[in-house]
Amino acid sequence: MSKPVHSGTRTLISPVRLNQPGGRRTYRIVLVLTLAVATLVFIGPLYWMATGGFKSSQELVRTPPTLVPEHPSTHAFTEAWDRLGMGQLLLNTVVYAGGALLLQLVFCVAAAYSLSKLRPILGNVILGMMLASMMIPAAALVIPQYLTVLDLPLIHVNLMNTPWVIWLPTVANAFNVFLLKRFFDSIPNELLDAASIDGAGPLRTLWSVILPLSRPILGVVSIFGLVAVWKDFLWPLITVPEHETLNVGVNTAATSMPQNTLIAGLFLASVPTIALFLVFQRNIMAGLTAGSLKG
Amino acid sequence: MTTTLTRGRPGADTVRTRTPRRGGHLRRALARNLRAHAFLIGALLCFALFTWYPMVREIVMSFQKVRYGETHWVGFDNFRQIFADPEFWPAWRNTLEFTGIALFFGFVAPFLTALVINEFRHAQSYLRILVYLPVMLPPVAGILLFKYFMDPGYGLFNQILDFLHLPTSSWLASQDTAMFSLVIVSTWANMGSATLVYLAALQSIPGELYEAAELDGAGLLRRVWHVTVPQTRLILSLMLMLQVVATMQMFTESFVLTGGGPQGSTTTVVYMLYNYAFNFDKFNTAAALGVVLLLVLGAFSALYLWLERRGGEE
Repeated sequence: MSKPVHSGTRTLISPVRLNQPGGRRTYRIVLVLTLAVATLVFIGPLYWMATGGFKSSQELVRTPPTLVPEHPSTHAFTEAWDRLGMGQLLLNTVVYAGGALLLQLVFCVAAAYSLSKLRPILGNVILGMMLASMMIPAAALVIPQYLTVLDLPLIHVNLMNTPWVIWLPTVANAFNVFLLKRFFDSIPNELLDAASIDGAGPLRTLWSVILPLSRPILGVVSIFGLVAVWKDFLWPLITVPEHETLNVGVNTAATSMPQNTLIAGLFLASVPTIALFLVFQRNIMAGLTAGSLKG
Repeated sequence: MTTTLTRGRPGADTVRTRTPRRGGHLRRALARNLRAHAFLIGALLCFALFTWYPMVREIVMSFQKVRYGETHWVGFDNFRQIFADPEFWPAWRNTLEFTGIALFFGFVAPFLTALVINEFRHAQSYLRILVYLPVMLPPVAGILLFKYFMDPGYGLFNQILDFLHLPTSSWLASQDTAMFSLVIVSTWANMGSATLVYLAALQSIPGELYEAAELDGAGLLRRVWHVTVPQTRLILSLMLMLQVVATMQMFTESFVLTGGGPQGSTTTVVYMLYNYAFNFDKFNTAAALGVVLLLVLGAFSALYLWLERRGGEE
């Protein structure tokens, strides 16, 4: 019952202080309070959303609100699925996100590999120009980007309402190239030399030496690539109005639906990424710190 | 260019730092470079098409106008037009208001949360998952959810305030509180990533520093101020910069929740840019506004880098 509070490394508050009787009590109280408040703030809205779909529209606006649906019904969920065309929205989003991920993996990995290990002429200039684009606020470039995809220079193709309009711009992701290059830089050149003595060309080296070593960073890049497309709003709003993403489609339909149906729809729209997160939680957490801790 | 070249692999760079004496060297170097550029070409094309070219095009466009399908140079006309727009200054004021409030909450809240979580010896990973959950929602889902909570009539927030005998608010429906309400939504949805980044930074602080500070008689707040803050200064200032740049581009929240209203009180600069282009079909005017936004945020980033470098030298 009164086990000492364990500590791994020393933090702000000393373990001695923590293990005094008063300290331990304060610690427990703060911990329980924090857990309660955090659960309420972060899970509460999600719980309300998940149960809201099971309520009737009248029950939804009742004062005080009901904690558990009185007459749970899945009607709103089936209705939301049909009226939102959720199946189609989901499929669109999966196609956009999946294709974007694939293209990003292929082209960003190839570029990072080239810049890190093959080191062509002007490589550092190119890298610098890519990194400089991180400084450009995305929303400020939306207008010329939109006009560009309406009529691609030289080949005069209109990409509007095709998946390419989502896929191709995601490849121009300086952060990906930067993360991958930094990781490849840490792979010793001796390994590559050994491969090249064995007669492996650059593609073979990339495939059988570099990539197997790079699984963690590839996981990070993949997850963030998927999530970024999933969460984007302004760009899909203007470029794929006929084949909307989940994020945009829910907003378009929001005004014309009964409340419980909309809330059921919001819940359905949230399930895929939440599930993805709970499964890959460890990789995502690791990725967040990998990207930012260069100081 | 020589610096680019001399950093290559030992076997390779001798080929090109010296003048090639035999054709074999030259040919091999050429082949090597072609191959390397072949790996680059996909990403390079995408950067060129969707970042570098639009950047140039935006600047060019902002000095042009299209009349009856013909493009004319008009000097600073577009800029004069946006500066004369009665919505221009309010849009900047709204954007700065959002950035300011969001900075206060969105910057302080994650740091404090990380600070508290880092002290716990239990439930750390649970809390970490918790704060990050909203980040994984499709933004529109989270945003629309809050529309219900913030309803002035039956909304959950007012019911809670009422229950606690506190004054209720009209949230999104009033000019005075609309922007603040958007900050609440945005902070809830986004604070998870910053919290996790700070948490990682906190965990890299060596414990001896706290011990030494404590021996010197520093209390809790002084330890935070004299150990935690300086030790995480770099990451704090970087996140501050990133957050300012992100919040200055706020669009989705007001587009979904308020449509820029009430009475234009949540129309941000990006929202105005969107309206110019997609409601009024004035792409060149929108581009001029884009250039102004680029300049402002660019100046801010440059200021940050300059301060950061000066701080590094001292």
